Amino acid sequence: MPADTELMPEMQYATLAQQGETAQFGMWVFLTQETIFFGALIFTYFLYRTTYPHEFAAAAKDAVLWCGTLNFVILVTSSLTMVLAINAAAQDVRPNRMVRWLIMTVVLGCLFLVVKGYEYYLDFQDKVVPVVAFEVKPGEGSAGVLFWVFYWVATGLHAIHLTIGIGLVLYMLLWRIRRGEISPAYYAPLEVVGIYWSFVDTVWLFLYPCIYLVGRS
Amino acid sequence: MSTTTFGGVPADEPTAATEPSYLTSENTIASWLFTRDHKRIALLFFASVTFFFFVGGAAATLMRLNLAAPEGLLQPAVYNRMFTMHGIIMVWFFLIPSIPTTFGNFFIPMMIGARDLAFPRVNLLSWYVFNLSGLVVLFSLIMGGADTGWTFYVPLSTVYANGYVLAAALAVFINGFSSIMTALNFVVTIHKMRAPGMTWMRLPLFVWGIYAVSVVMLTATPVLAMDTFLLAVERFIGIGLFDVRHGADAILWQHMFWFYSHPAVYIMILPSMGVASEIIPVYARRPIFGYAGMTIALMSIAILSFFVWAHHMFVAGISIYSGVFFSLMTFFVAVPSAIKVFNWTVSLHKGRISFDAPMLYALGFVLLFTLGGVTGLMLATLAVDVDLHGTYFVIAHFHYIMVGATVSAFFGALHYWWPKMTGRLYPEMWARSAAILMYVGFNLTFFPQFVLGYLGMPRRSYTYPPEWQSWNLLSSAGASILAIAYLLPLLYLGWSIFWGRKAGPNPWRASGLEWATPSPPPKHNFEETPVVALGPYSYDPENDTFIDQEGVLHAR
Amino acid sequence: MYHWIPFWPDTAAVNGVVVNNLYIAELALSGLIMVTVVAMMVTFCVRYRDGTSTSRANLVRETWHFEIAWTIATLGLFLVLFVWGAQIYVWLYQPPPADEEVYIVGKQWMWKVEHAGGQREIDALHVPVDKTIRLVMASEDVIHSFFVPAFRIKHDVVPGTLETLWFKANKTGTFRLECTQYCGLQHATMQGEIVVMTGPDYARWLTSQGVEESLAQQGADLFRAHGCSGCHGENSAVHAPSLSGLYGTQVHLQDGSVRLADEAYLRDCILNPRSFTVAGYPPIMPDFSGQLDEGDMLKLIAYIKSLGGGQESRR
Repeated sequence: MPADTELMPEMQYATLAQQGETAQFGMWVFLTQETIFFGALIFTYFLYRTTYPHEFAAAAKDAVLWCGTLNFVILVTSSLTMVLAINAAAQDVRPNRMVRWLIMTVVLGCLFLVVKGYEYYLDFQDKVVPVVAFEVKPGEGSAGVLFWVFYWVATGLHAIHLTIGIGLVLYMLLWRIRRGEISPAYYAPLEVVGIYWSFVDTVWLFLYPCIYLVGRS
Repeated sequence: MSTTTFGGVPADEPTAATEPSYLTSENTIASWLFTRDHKRIALLFFASVTFFFFVGGAAATLMRLNLAAPEGLLQPAVYNRMFTMHGIIMVWFFLIPSIPTTFGNFFIPMMIGARDLAFPRVNLLSWYVFNLSGLVVLFSLIMGGADTGWTFYVPLSTVYANGYVLAAALAVFINGFSSIMTALNFVVTIHKMRAPGMTWMRLPLFVWGIYAVSVVMLTATPVLAMDTFLLAVERFIGIGLFDVRHGADAILWQHMFWFYSHPAVYIMILPSMGVASEIIPVYARRPIFGYAGMTIALMSIAILSFFVWAHHMFVAGISIYSGVFFSLMTFFVAVPSAIKVFNWTVSLHKGRISFDAPMLYALGFVLLFTLGGVTGLMLATLAVDVDLHGTYFVIAHFHYIMVGATVSAFFGALHYWWPKMTGRLYPEMWARSAAILMYVGFNLTFFPQFVLGYLGMPRRSYTYPPEWQSWNLLSSAGASILAIAYLLPLLYLGWSIFWGRKAGPNPWRASGLEWATPSPPPKHNFEETPVVALGPYSYDPENDTFIDQEGVLHAR
Repeated sequence: MYHWIPFWPDTAAVNGVVVNNLYIAELALSGLIMVTVVAMMVTFCVRYRDGTSTSRANLVRETWHFEIAWTIATLGLFLVLFVWGAQIYVWLYQPPPADEEVYIVGKQWMWKVEHAGGQREIDALHVPVDKTIRLVMASEDVIHSFFVPAFRIKHDVVPGTLETLWFKANKTGTFRLECTQYCGLQHATMQGEIVVMTGPDYARWLTSQGVEESLAQQGADLFRAHGCSGCHGENSAVHAPSLSGLYGTQVHLQDGSVRLADEAYLRDCILNPRSFTVAGYPPIMPDFSGQLDEGDMLKLIAYIKSLGGGQESRR
């Protein structure tokens, strides 16, 4: 719904443009920090992978490649729908197109979680859950379990970040857009969510080869 | 003249403010607990960090009482948990947050001419997250505590330690979020919200110090977050990425932990350096010596701090060539710190020096930091560190920096900005006495520990051979004096809130933008956005005048 | 040499003697820096305190000259200290050819010591004076640290790997041994003594310990008992690398890397053979993780070393 009243910047900002720019800058700074967070985990992964290449290759045989790849496609597509939504926000006076693309994004995000959930179910069946349901596979030695610890921690953290992303998009849909606060004049909050969403996608870009492409070259 | 002794009249009379101050504008509890005002949030943080300072201090008191004699006082298990909780609480619940969340929150917007930080709600959330982590750490403490040392070395912390390691690790993990939020807010604010004319090279050095510390926090804390998360997972499920029984490397934890924790110690000192650079020009009535060099030094320390972490591991089993590299880098990072010491000292040359409490704290800061720094050189030296690592020498070194320097700076900032924050002057003679008492008590407590260190006393020991008792007893005696010096300000500062003489806008005749507002300031800081014409510290000692940052000359 | 300094600790090994000079130089330098800073500060505070009539005219505006000067001076001084310290450190951690080897196992909260001849001690280490002693150290549980203040030597003892340390005592006597890495409840009492004896006294001590088998012989027993000789023995039909003459040589592994066959390598092979398969051999060695404790590992390693090989080299 287009707003009749002019949107005012918060008290500490001189203009709405300054507020929008500052918010985006803040999100980039935040994501730099998140990159370092995941980076520390991926560093550990690479350290152990180069120390125990055979054990990791043996352990990774049980990673469900089709689930991982399907999720890869889902997430990349959701990044596309997010960008299309932001595009619509910049161009359209009426929010309909933007809302459609955002709903698509939420659907794709939830689909990722469903596929991931099913994959976790398969993982339980394959007995690759450390401590809870775990069997040492041939060639894995005692170090193979390190691969699986990494798998559960990394995908778990990623799923949490994705869920937060879905929450942010829902917040935009049900709160900000509904109140008419997103328009071509000011759509910075949506851009901020979009940047975050792309980040979640990028993390999966890095996790995917670490988990699913080990020893498959 | 800038001395404002008890009973003396401040340079500017208090003027009637045109709007109510931030303290009185709203009075409900909700208006405090849901505030977005950076000044109120600063006071909320002040309450929290002060509380934890005394909790950590209580642990230290028990430790020093125990160490006064070899027979001790506490059960070994209790002592071991006390030193661990003392470290965790002091590092993450006092030293890291203290100056940034109290004085940073209060004064960064004012010093750059803004009305608030970029993200006020994030600021408030940071306080709530801090308190949540505080609740978790208190839970850990009350239930008996962890006994792994604040460094959580594996496999002791993952497999062998009894006690509430998981809770302690989780507390640190949650605390990290609070640090990150605060740092993010400062970085974005300083980049995007400076008043017109406030260029980077006109920023007060306190702002530079907070900026440098925020950059370090944002880069280092996520690594700690991953470390503590992995530690908590391993502790919870019994297996993990640090598990030696599955081929993990026990030294990996040390690398990952120190990659954060070495920058962390610079997180603890950079704001204090900013405070000292802020205070010394005011009470020496002259510009800081080498402003540009000081900013370069701050940023160099921030960047170089990421390249020295394995100097904590010279004897841990790293290759000797790694050791050589990290020792070299450690000497490099010491150079900008040395520059700062020279510049602070020479900033007294041809000044017009008065010895108010903030100045006493700042000068004490410089001396204690220097002593801590030269002993740091000894620890940076590979061959000497082989002997000194893990002994009381290291404890004395870092307490000189963290307590001697950082806590001195905290108290200096507290006294310096007290009139601005509360609108009251504190009783000067009490304050000076407390400062001197603190200095004496501190040296008595920690200097003997250098001797104990090179005599070979290991750290984290609840008992020791009888021939080392005199040094330990001396240290414990000093600690009792130090405790009094820390308690005194609670009393006279508390007194001053109700009965202290009212302060004018600028009792110290300082040049920063924050002093151009009433004391205490109104909720929105400035009536109109200031326009900045000059850099900071334009004091002229020859004529005893100064020009504030908006370009107004203030004569005697 | 420095015994005239009050509270200066005893020095009883050549390692310590070398470190002492650097140590004292740094203490003196620290003192000098402190005195300089204090003197400058006090002088300025007295001369320029508010109320004195000293002239404040002509403040130094061009500060760069001073700053560059004291940056360069500081950096130069620090580099001297760095090089001096690094040289000694590299020497401290590159063991010269040893006269004796002793195996140490650190565990909560004691030091277990085994001499090559099989003599065992707890919380004590008897050594001969003026001989180079090489220690091979393992941990059974958490990280400990082996520290002898009088020798100025220290190294962490890390589970999952083996660390080495060397020293050459130059005085007889009894010297304190400490653990300086917090290792749990009784860390503070995990102490011991290094007893340095004259050559003849030490030889007498060794024979009076009443041992039957040397460490290497005990290792040989384990070698047979765990089936190692089945593949690595001389008459084995299995294609497995020969162990005689192995110690101290360079080994080419299957993944293309080259490793020195030191104690840590031998330990890695036994516990994680899959990742350390030698090039040209099938990856069929079973892994023994969980079956051998640290003491057993050291005996096996002592046995393999006794099969001949090069001098232990730098780590």
